[in-house]
Amino acid sequence: MPNLNRTPLHDLHCELDARMVPFAGYELPVQYYDGVLWEHLHTRASAGLFDVSHMGQVRVSADSLEEAQLALEALVPVSVLGIPEGRQRYGLFTGDAGGILDDLMIANRGDDLLLVVNAATREQDIAHLSANLAGCSVTPITDRALLALQGPASETALAALVPGVAEMRFMDTSVLDWNGTELWVSRSGYTGEDGYEVSIPSSKARSLAEALLASEAVIPTGLGARDSLRLEAGLCLYGSDIDTTTTPVEAALEWAIQKARRRGGERAGGFPGASRILEELESGAPRRRVGVLPDGRAPIRAGARIFREGSDDPVGEVTSGGFGPSLGRPVSMGYVETGLSGTGTALEAEVRGKRMSVTVADMPFRPPTFKR
Amino acid sequence: MKYTEDHEWLRVDGDLVVIGITEHAAEQLGDVVFVELPESGTQVSSGDDIVVIESVKAASDIAAPVDGEVVEVNDALADTPGLVNADPLGSAWFVKMKVDDPSQLDGFMSEDEYNEMIA
Repeated sequence: MPNLNRTPLHDLHCELDARMVPFAGYELPVQYYDGVLWEHLHTRASAGLFDVSHMGQVRVSADSLEEAQLALEALVPVSVLGIPEGRQRYGLFTGDAGGILDDLMIANRGDDLLLVVNAATREQDIAHLSANLAGCSVTPITDRALLALQGPASETALAALVPGVAEMRFMDTSVLDWNGTELWVSRSGYTGEDGYEVSIPSSKARSLAEALLASEAVIPTGLGARDSLRLEAGLCLYGSDIDTTTTPVEAALEWAIQKARRRGGERAGGFPGASRILEELESGAPRRRVGVLPDGRAPIRAGARIFREGSDDPVGEVTSGGFGPSLGRPVSMGYVETGLSGTGTALEAEVRGKRMSVTVADMPFRPPTFKR
Repeated sequence: MKYTEDHEWLRVDGDLVVIGITEHAAEQLGDVVFVELPESGTQVSSGDDIVVIESVKAASDIAAPVDGEVVEVNDALADTPGLVNADPLGSAWFVKMKVDDPSQLDGFMSEDEYNEMIA
């Protein structure tokens, strides 16, 4: 495909008969031979291997780690100083109006911070970091691939190659050796399953992918399954469920803002949009991201408007939706007026001009299986 | 069997026409998880959307290839939408139509012509 970037695993995807699609400027596999449904179910039952090399890896360092941590706190409402060495934490870049510029992972590697950001927002994130992190070096990592191994068999499959991963707990991050190759491993992912994300030099990525796929437990999985897995896990897709027009409180991501950054905390505020976000943390926001379960069998996808039963004034909108293979039913998430965000609230969504009954539901739709 | 450019097949069955989608179309759609069918008795014109197919990935509309009346729909697809992937040319037919003008069928492709189109 013209003008699209390729990941270090491109040739392997093609040899595995992947159906390649354009995604965030990259040519990536949406599915392989067995299809999205099977890839999804196999990941939950065993393990799936995802190529997530399109995501941005960025190293942030300063004269001292603490200096880098404090500098980053000026851009995120996260207690970066509170991330212990060898751990990572979910974070958000916020804008001056309180919206979300991107979501990311922040790992404390002892000497530096490693950030993983979304592909579509990578360039703007790097520019944002470079312009605003006084005294820090911001180094985009361009010579490493990123693989995600997800599902209950992940530990056994990866530990057969890299024994040290078995000792890691959810959200641990570690530098480990694989036959002389330095791996940056975290026990994390985007599926609600136990699993790992592994950063590896691009030249070795194929060997590692092939070694993992040689395990009977592991199959290659594409973007299609990645999306249905994260939807069942209630995880946000940047650009769909969260963006510059949604605040962390509206998005029900309060848990990503630690006490230290809230009113009365040791380092309260001091991030873009703090006045609005801190206020909303205490008083709430007018709308809220919730799970939306269609009562019928038809999937209700992004863009469907939500109404009170029998009313013509929209009270919200679906931002992600589809079929949840592990639940055997359609699942959606979206925003509704906060007064209607209680679990069990009966509402309607409009699909192809018809009203469908839906019920507000807790997320995740399926409990996570993280190894804590 | 006749084929349309929209990857539908039409099979004449007495004075009715049975309509489904081709293996090629089913494979392109991916795993089908929901099928919405019209009501029996609906009068439709060629080009009207009569069936909605939801795959894991997206929703697709299927248009009526001919003018006429929908006289029977395949209710089995409501419970088992995966039939569209498993047996698109057989048990996963969508509707049977009474065609207003049988000469409309003459314009569609033969199997060879269809295979050439998707080659």
